[in-house]
Amino acid sequence: MALIIGMSILLGCQFLGEIISRTLALPVPGPVLGMLILLIGLMIRGSVPASLRTMGEGLLKYLTLLFVPAGVGLIQHFGLISREIGILIVTLIVSTSVTLLVTSQILQRVANRTGSSREGKA
Amino acid sequence: MNGLGLAQVWVYLAASPLLHLFATLLAFIVASRINRWAGGTPLLHPVIVAIALLIGFLLLTDTNYATYFEGAQFLHFLLGPATVALAIPLYDHRERVRRMLWPIVIGTLAGVVTAVVSAVGIAMILGADPETVLSLAPKSVTSPIAMGIAEKIGGIPSLTAGLVLLTGVVGCIVGPWIFRLTRITDPTIQGYSMGLAAHGFGTAYCFASVGAVAGAFSGLAMGLSGLVTAFMLPSIVHLFGF
Repeated sequence: MALIIGMSILLGCQFLGEIISRTLALPVPGPVLGMLILLIGLMIRGSVPASLRTMGEGLLKYLTLLFVPAGVGLIQHFGLISREIGILIVTLIVSTSVTLLVTSQILQRVANRTGSSREGKA
Repeated sequence: MNGLGLAQVWVYLAASPLLHLFATLLAFIVASRINRWAGGTPLLHPVIVAIALLIGFLLLTDTNYATYFEGAQFLHFLLGPATVALAIPLYDHRERVRRMLWPIVIGTLAGVVTAVVSAVGIAMILGADPETVLSLAPKSVTSPIAMGIAEKIGGIPSLTAGLVLLTGVVGCIVGPWIFRLTRITDPTIQGYSMGLAAHGFGTAYCFASVGAVAGAFSGLAMGLSGLVTAFMLPSIVHLFGF
């Protein structure tokens, strides 16, 4: 029963998120709103139900497998990819490096100022 | 006789969702073995190897993607509830967030804006198609969220899925190098930056090569930046004229 209850909680939150996203024509995907709804629910309840943890952590453990079907969809875009391969590679490498650099530098400075990184290390 | 029988079996299998669902699971198992055998390098990540194997299989058997997806959709559907389930690790990390609230808020906002603006800006300067630009925009976010965003803003979700995976590989290769060069040694900062820029790949890398604290912060960054990006990205992209 645990898996069924856990899955029902996840699907229920996704369902609510999808309804809100569509009714209000929000640019935020339904499952992301569902995640927010679940997070708020967990904060109100103050703990994670065992059934939800079993199902949720099971899904997250195999998350990488779930990307495969969409990734195979690249087969439909060979034309676009071969045309823009240079742009894609340069953008991915430069943008990812810049993001890592900016994020780590800002975290370092803010943490130094507030002195809160000590606790994180402990 | 035998040849005709096999051909009939193939006609049945090729049209049934069973074959491609089974092929997807099988490809993933084989890909995981190959990755372990290669010492766990991010270049041969199981997802990337599995996708390559399946694309090869579809090309060899002359199967189109729609037929493949009829079987694979059962796995694909689970991305929705899996995205919702990301709330569980976020909830587990609530104490950490409370303790480091300001660094996390400022770092997340700055990181998300940098990730989106740099991807969109560079791709536009290099003259990419609008569809490519919009598919690149959510590249630093974990796949289920990135694909949802791409779909909402007019990108190509499956192209985004591939670009997200490649971003993860790039992050795991350049990340340690950048940290060494800029002398970032704090595992919480390394972890958070990796999770923000390289989602689940960064998190897996941190757990394996930096430590449990870095891994936990990386997972936290992946969840929070996904959430923040979903809300901010449409307006940022709008500023660029999309």
